[in-house]
Amino acid sequence: MAPSYDTLRDEDLDEDDFDVDEVDISDLREKYEVQLEQGYDTFVVIDGLPEVNEEQKPKLVKFLLKKLNTVGKTKEDLIFMPMGENGKSMRFAFVEYSSAAEAAAAVRQLDLTPLDKKHTLRVNKMTDVDRYGREGRIDEDYTPPIIEPFQEKEHLRSFMADPSGRGRDQFVMYRGEAVGVFWNSEKDAPENIVDRQHWTDTFVQWTPLGTYLTSVHAQGVQLWGGASWSRQKRFAHPFVNLVAFSPNEKYMVTWSNRPISIPDEGHPSLSIEDDGKNYIIWDIETSKPIRSFAQLDTPGGAGVDENGVAKKQKFPWPAFKWSADDKYVARLNQGNSISIYELPRMNLLDKTAIKIEGVVDFDWAPATPSRDGIKAYEQLLCFWTPEIGSNPAKVSLMSIPSKEIVRTLNLFSVSDAKLHWQSDAAYLCVKVDRHSKSKKSQATTLEIFRVKEKGVPVEVVDTIKDTVINFAWEPKGDRFVIITTTEPVGPTAVPPKTSVSFFCPEKAKGNAIGNFKHLRTLDKKNSNAIYWSPKGRFVVVATVANTQSSDLDFYDLDFEGEKPESDKDLTANLQLMNIAEHYGVTDIEWDPSGRFVATWASSWKHSMENGYHLYDFKGEQLREEAIEKFKQWQWRPRPASLLSKEEQKTIRRNLREYSRIFEVEDAERINSADVAVVEERRRLLDEWLAWREAVEEELAEEREILGLPADLVGELLKAKTAQIAPDQEEVTVEEIMEEVLEETEEIVS
Amino acid sequence: MRPILLSGHERALTQVKYNRDGDLIFSVSKDQQICVWYAHNGERLGTYHGHQGAIWTVDVDPTSTIIASGSADNTIRLWDIKTGKCLKTWEFPTAVKRVEFNEDGTKLLGVTEKRMGHLGTIVVLDIIVDVDAEQSDEKAMTIVCDESKATVAGWSYLSKYIIAGHEDGSISQYDAKTGEQILNYPIHELDNAITDIQWSQDRTYFITASKDKNAKLITAKDLEVLKTYVSDTPLNSAIITPKKEYVVLGGGQAAMDVTRTSARQGKFEARFYHKIFEDEIGRVRGHFGPLNTVAAEPNGKGYASGGEDGYVRVHQFDKGYFDFMYEVERERANRIGVTA
Repeated sequence: MAPSYDTLRDEDLDEDDFDVDEVDISDLREKYEVQLEQGYDTFVVIDGLPEVNEEQKPKLVKFLLKKLNTVGKTKEDLIFMPMGENGKSMRFAFVEYSSAAEAAAAVRQLDLTPLDKKHTLRVNKMTDVDRYGREGRIDEDYTPPIIEPFQEKEHLRSFMADPSGRGRDQFVMYRGEAVGVFWNSEKDAPENIVDRQHWTDTFVQWTPLGTYLTSVHAQGVQLWGGASWSRQKRFAHPFVNLVAFSPNEKYMVTWSNRPISIPDEGHPSLSIEDDGKNYIIWDIETSKPIRSFAQLDTPGGAGVDENGVAKKQKFPWPAFKWSADDKYVARLNQGNSISIYELPRMNLLDKTAIKIEGVVDFDWAPATPSRDGIKAYEQLLCFWTPEIGSNPAKVSLMSIPSKEIVRTLNLFSVSDAKLHWQSDAAYLCVKVDRHSKSKKSQATTLEIFRVKEKGVPVEVVDTIKDTVINFAWEPKGDRFVIITTTEPVGPTAVPPKTSVSFFCPEKAKGNAIGNFKHLRTLDKKNSNAIYWSPKGRFVVVATVANTQSSDLDFYDLDFEGEKPESDKDLTANLQLMNIAEHYGVTDIEWDPSGRFVATWASSWKHSMENGYHLYDFKGEQLREEAIEKFKQWQWRPRPASLLSKEEQKTIRRNLREYSRIFEVEDAERINSADVAVVEERRRLLDEWLAWREAVEEELAEEREILGLPADLVGELLKAKTAQIAPDQEEVTVEEIMEEVLEETEEIVS
Repeated sequence: MRPILLSGHERALTQVKYNRDGDLIFSVSKDQQICVWYAHNGERLGTYHGHQGAIWTVDVDPTSTIIASGSADNTIRLWDIKTGKCLKTWEFPTAVKRVEFNEDGTKLLGVTEKRMGHLGTIVVLDIIVDVDAEQSDEKAMTIVCDESKATVAGWSYLSKYIIAGHEDGSISQYDAKTGEQILNYPIHELDNAITDIQWSQDRTYFITASKDKNAKLITAKDLEVLKTYVSDTPLNSAIITPKKEYVVLGGGQAAMDVTRTSARQGKFEARFYHKIFEDEIGRVRGHFGPLNTVAAEPNGKGYASGGEDGYVRVHQFDKGYFDFMYEVERERANRIGVTA
């Protein structure tokens, strides 16, 4: 027993007979020992160099230096190349960089770069060599890695095969805490495929080709897919907020507003270099991070506008924009430059960002363009800069990777501009908000770049007198819809009255596309959103997130009926097909086939009448379902068709025949469903009547046993009548009512 | 279907009842009044004065001689329908939430509230259906609900069982003679109170309404759930319509939550469902507060609803209501017509 405090004697406190060396502190030492090797963080080891002698050595060092300095800073005397006893080099060198980050960059970017035909550089961190290369750390005998036998994986595109053979589309619904995927069954309740509680923490998202369903958690992002809805990929990004994918699903960007902090014990997939970063670019196939980025501070973003009101800092998302073929990703450094990175290595294109003074916004062409007379591979990028000093505002088109400016447009009195690409990259519309000299009145012009035509001519639509608050191109088409308002858009109690205008090209000879002409304007609307069918032709103009009105106007731009005389030179025939109303609608989405429109009121925006409506393209309501805590609906995208253009054309030509078959099938299905329903009802009715009969019989029996009359109440009433009027027989009182319907007086003279 | 609006109450309605003949409507409300109305034109026949608190419940004996009422003033009172005279007052320690006569009017049950240390009970009183008779002071029986308080209760066929709905969503069956609990099933979602129980005409089955937004059709004999009617709003009342095979449900966003939502979201509609097929057939709008109570006209000619808005709306069914038939029903009706 240890001596208690008050019985402590001096001897106990005598430290002399306490041998410090005897205490085993090896565990503590291991834990707290100064990590000497950390000093080597800035060093890399280069292997695979050619053998050189003392004379050739400076030449090689100089050559090396050139390569090494592309990723960081180092000097000649910081390269140490040990020489062997025979006067020849030992084919490796140590290099010191000025920072650990540079050393890391060297490993990432220079490893495996070929020096010449025979020699390939191998670059490793000094610390790694030390850690793994130390004697004893590596087993002398080679043990071949165990290769797992090949296992058939689920087909990630099995969803394209609708088991009912009807080519239905899938969608995901997130309501309450549950996420479910369904087949759209039009009027009938959607057919559930999978439904899971707490599948995601914040939201769900399909990947652009519909291969995976993304779930977002505090730990990171997960991708689900295949017929069994098993987890396919995981990406650990702590506290991730947003996710974006490259158009062909090769890469993914995750963003968190919290900078990543790598714990001391490390992170399963991220390294210490990712510490403090907000964005991570991932390779989806390998689920490995490629590169991480910190958030850029937007200069002047959080400033004060002219009226002295603090500007709400607009958070740019997506911060990283992808070219149409997944080969480049670009990020804007507001007012300074655009950085373009090449994939898959994520190195800066030509090692420098493109300096563009004042650049406000940019966007990639959504498709690989095919310009007249240009055969070379290119991706187009457009960007705009405001007026700086006496220089006009500019909108420019740049070809990547050549960085050649294809077209520039100078503009004056610009207060703002928005870039709108048409889905085939055939047109780029720049919506330019202009102010008058006094800056009092606002007007909008549309500057349309005809990208596919020779020399990229720009057409100006300047007939609009009001401010344009929304613009949308017809997908795969050449018509567009705008919404304008005369009043300034602001946080007013009553949303402004708006006008909806339709534009289309004039008829022109041959294959040429004529000038854009105003087709029709509809005044006194409340509409604020435009939703084109993904196949074009049909468009829904709607009022969303508005407490007063929630109209959905369904238009057809190729109406097959009579065309008004005034529109005979135009390539559109506008027809309002239907007006629907969905109270409190917050979001609208077309299905990928352009046959259905889902509209929903999300509890993320408000708590009134949450749920969804489903319409067909004509605006006829098919379904309506109120679901508490309804949050999200998203149609599963489809990958591009595998059929060639000719095959598609053949199908279109024979559409009549196909539709006849489908109509018969549909009718049969509906009939058989009806028959089933009727059968079920018949069964229920029979069951009910049989039950009633049994109960009535039983009741009568029990009544008899108890000696009660069959009509208990009737007896009671009779007794009461007898009491009130004992002498009278029951009399029937008949009352005759006469109603005079009409009275006319005729005077016969 | 144009309703007759009975606007005699100043506060929320709590219960509406037709008499056996369907010519009178009794309504009670939180404004401490019992009103009686002519069903055919909505004229007020009279009121019954005496209660000192909100009146929760009323019932008429089968011969339309007397009515019983239960109130927040902790009393059950018996009234002469014709003269409006209070015939008898029974006092209880807590408020009375529900009263109901049995089939022949000789017994009355009352459901008392659980409050101030008193457990909720179901009391049974012996009644003499005669305005001149001396009513007994004594309770014939008391059932104590020690698990979860009863919110509503009623008499089954032949006064064989007492069926009670509880606050926790369960339904109990008691022996009406001994007061012994025979069955207790958790029929509605846990802790979603049963708000109403109303009988089929022969009292062999009944319909429940619950805060869990469902109404269920249940047998009295073994508490078997026959049908379930799913709605999208908490329910306060449900009836089985005589003659036609329908049920009518009434409810709406709870009164305290109404201000937080839009009027259109309140869902203050009476909902008609087909009793056998469980499909919703139609809705009747009109109230601008939740429906607290629904009553069926005993001859199946109409129904009345009482709302939180203080109005009673009396509806006479149209021809369309009687003509409407499902295909299979028509099929059967035709077959019977042919064989008969």
